[in-house]
Amino acid sequence: MAEQTGMVEKRGAGLWLTHLGLIIGVAFIFFPIWLAFVASTVSQPEIVRPPMPLLPGDQFFENYSKALTAGINAPVALMLGNSLFMALGIAIGKIAISLLSAFAIVYFKFPGKKLFFWLIFLTLMLPVEVRIVPTYEVIANFGMLNSYQGLILPLIASATATFLFRQFFMTVPDELAEAARVDGAGPMRFFFDILLPMSRTNIAALFVILFIYGWNQYLWPLLITTDPSMNTIVMGIKQMFPSGDDIADWPVIMATSILAMVPPVLVVVGMQKLFIRGLVESEK
Amino acid sequence: MATLTLNNVKKSFGKTDVIHGVSIDVEDGEFIVIVGPSGCGKSTLLRMVAGLETITDGEVQIGGRRVNEEEPMARDIAMVFQNYALYPHMSVFDNMAYGLKIAKVPRSEIEQRVAQAAKLLQLEPYLQRKPRELSGGQRQRVAMGRAIVRKPAVFLFDEPLSNLDAKLRVQMRLEIRALQRELGVTSLYVTHDQVEAMTMADRMIVMNGGVADQIGKPLEVYANPATEFVAGFIGSPPTNFITGDLLGRSSEIKLGVRPEHMRLAETGAMQARATYCEALGAETLVHLICEDGTQVTVRQDAAASFPEEGSLVGLEWDARHEMRFDASGRRC
Repeated sequence: MAEQTGMVEKRGAGLWLTHLGLIIGVAFIFFPIWLAFVASTVSQPEIVRPPMPLLPGDQFFENYSKALTAGINAPVALMLGNSLFMALGIAIGKIAISLLSAFAIVYFKFPGKKLFFWLIFLTLMLPVEVRIVPTYEVIANFGMLNSYQGLILPLIASATATFLFRQFFMTVPDELAEAARVDGAGPMRFFFDILLPMSRTNIAALFVILFIYGWNQYLWPLLITTDPSMNTIVMGIKQMFPSGDDIADWPVIMATSILAMVPPVLVVVGMQKLFIRGLVESEK
Repeated sequence: MATLTLNNVKKSFGKTDVIHGVSIDVEDGEFIVIVGPSGCGKSTLLRMVAGLETITDGEVQIGGRRVNEEEPMARDIAMVFQNYALYPHMSVFDNMAYGLKIAKVPRSEIEQRVAQAAKLLQLEPYLQRKPRELSGGQRQRVAMGRAIVRKPAVFLFDEPLSNLDAKLRVQMRLEIRALQRELGVTSLYVTHDQVEAMTMADRMIVMNGGVADQIGKPLEVYANPATEFVAGFIGSPPTNFITGDLLGRSSEIKLGVRPEHMRLAETGAMQARATYCEALGAETLVHLICEDGTQVTVRQDAAASFPEEGSLVGLEWDARHEMRFDASGRRC
């Protein structure tokens, strides 16, 4: 234990060892991604012939343009668009609904307030997978199969986000709401002018999490989209796998995988700046 | 600018009565301080005037108009909160202008009013800053500014100085009072600090357990407290209370004598043992303990000699300074 306490200040062997450990860890995680990238830049025969290449080939543009424009079942560009629409719809919808329901639960007195809160809270225990069959039935009866509404609506309510905003709103001093009331702001005005700008840090953080949640949806899109033009990219990759004796077009599949990874990475990297800035500036 | 009338105002939370009926007529431009220990209902009373709490019974009138059912905005009041309640994401200017924006005051007038208030409060260099970039005293001023720009009929202050350090509190106390005189706005000011009440009030309401024990000018209240509670609460160090039987009188009666009216003497009305002397420079406080365990304090000039700790001394006072209270704590 004594060594551990001194670890921060100690420079030397310990420092190098920790870095070495971290580098090995990163390499370990990154290696499969690297392989996928390499595979997406070489030609089909090169992949199937052992040993597998470890350095990028010269087929980058051919493979990626083929994936984006033609794909296997549907062009990847279309699937990316579907995924983007779905992820944005889920993230924005969830944030809007959670903000409003948390606002209602924290700032309004109504009969059964506690009951509603606990009902919302209970749904935390019911992930999509648990309620997937009845949800499918509902969506099918509404005729929402193979549609954006069908992709987004069942996933749009979030107990977690509601709970998070509720906790945040409860830390906002009551006097602020009272001051707004004395200033003549009605409830919705208070919500938009004061509560919303104060929650921007939480909104940014949640957006990142929910966008990735939406983007990575697999089972639900797989279930309700049968038309290849409605495929999302994460499930689309699976659909590209050959069935039976077909030959897999691995370079194109790998290119699709890499493309599927890009938007979440962009969101994380892009939003990180925003929410670190928000964290530094935030004050209640 | 308006008068403010409370007419037997009561408040209950469920079955608990918090305020048992307070009545006062506040004149136009008067500065009223509501003072009392925590939990006496003074903030609740203020919040009922503000419209942030419903009024269980009785009537509140502002400028002769009943406002019981009005929203805070419609009552023509402005409130300064204990923790200032500034909007953290808005600049000082926006904080002060927010109420006016909602009231749809034209932009040019908003700017003019805010500029005027900022000048009055010496906030001009800070108008573009966020509240977190200001010191406690400056935040306090912004909260005041937000109240001023509204040009309300009544100012309501809810312990506005209790988050400031002692020195700043004394300074802001004077500033608030000067500002209120200059603007001539009727004000209601809640505090638990009797010094603030004494120094700022035109009249003060001393609250105790939801009852207004006494309403009056500070010096009148000080010189002539209506109840034992008021005598003990107003004044520092507090009034000495001596039970009658200690002086060979009826044990039903309690005597109150202010520390500055008590003198140390060779003999005197009663004997007590000196326990501790606090020399404060200009004056000395002599703490004594009576034979039945009652503690008393004598305030005397620093030049006067004080007894050795542990020695037995006599206490005396003029009969005209004696305040007599009956068993229920009322003057008799």
